Amino acid sequence: MTDTSIDNHAYENEAQFGDYFALLKPRVMSLVVFTAFVGLLAAPVPVHPFIGFVSILFIAIGGGASGALNMWWDADIDAVMKRTRNRPIPAGRVSGDTALAIGVALAAFGVIFLGLASNWVAAGLLAFTIFFYVVIYSIWLKRWTPQNIVIGGAAGAFPPMIGWAVATGGIAPESILMFTLIFMWTPPHFWALALFMRSDYDDAGVPMLTVTHGRRATRNHILGYTILLAALAIGTGFTSVGGPVYLSVAVVLNALFLKGAVDIWRRDEDMSEADNFAAERKFFKLSLLYLFAHFGAILIEAGLSRFGLGGWA
Amino acid sequence: MSFGQQHEIHKRRFGRNLGVGLVLVAVIAIVFGLTVVKVTRGDYEAPRSEVQN
Repeated sequence: MTDTSIDNHAYENEAQFGDYFALLKPRVMSLVVFTAFVGLLAAPVPVHPFIGFVSILFIAIGGGASGALNMWWDADIDAVMKRTRNRPIPAGRVSGDTALAIGVALAAFGVIFLGLASNWVAAGLLAFTIFFYVVIYSIWLKRWTPQNIVIGGAAGAFPPMIGWAVATGGIAPESILMFTLIFMWTPPHFWALALFMRSDYDDAGVPMLTVTHGRRATRNHILGYTILLAALAIGTGFTSVGGPVYLSVAVVLNALFLKGAVDIWRRDEDMSEADNFAAERKFFKLSLLYLFAHFGAILIEAGLSRFGLGGWA
Repeated sequence: MSFGQQHEIHKRRFGRNLGVGLVLVAVIAIVFGLTVVKVTRGDYEAPRSEVQN
């Protein structure tokens, strides 16, 4: 064995730039960026384009910091679950300490710079979001209660409120409605995932509703939350962030989403096993379209209002 | 092994170094741009009442 081969072996598993980027959970970040952007544009106060751009960037960095801190704390769970075992920490490419350092540094950077770029209400909301996701959800609730997804979902629901606060410097009923839309959407979205990723959460010992209360109860919960979500989503259409475009999108998508939830509710495990959870997978995919389409419609209404066409006025 | 030869590790690290370098350049550009926007908008000017006092 030569010196070179020893070196190669030692550095074979060294982290690449992409591994550090993966710590920030880019797919979650895309949702954060999009919903924060919609919140910012839906607000009735115009924002300087550069301030708006960097504010969204700092919100994304704050969201990414939460992802890194979540991966640091949940490395043991991630190593067990099929879906997450290739993440940089369980795969051994990035150490837990490095992820912690990156998470803390980016969190401080994102919050301070958001405060300097826009205002301290927005920065305070971002700081609270990071705290909520890391401490309340990851450290406290996730391993303790089957309501983890319900309460923890609040963390993912804050970005449009932060975007709104960047523009207005405050909180308004409209920004709370956008928060509630994501908050109510999160449980059915994740419970559908838990139904077809069946053994993952069991193996990791995460008390998902499927594990603690059974799969029948999970199906009932999906339907219950979807009914409440549909009422809220359609009701939002009559507020100042809604309008004819939003309402049309909401009516169609909520009808489809409700049908999907009813299909899941009517099925039992044998039926789901027979077609490899086709209805549950379809509902999960639809849930992604559902959220992007609702916020896309709010964005269109905001765009139209610049020309005096959006909303109900 | 001669000093002139590039080791495989260096090649592999190039991507990471380049990424970190680009991030640093982006941070500088953002802070500079933010400063320009804030100063030209007059965000750092003292309120008129303070100036009069």
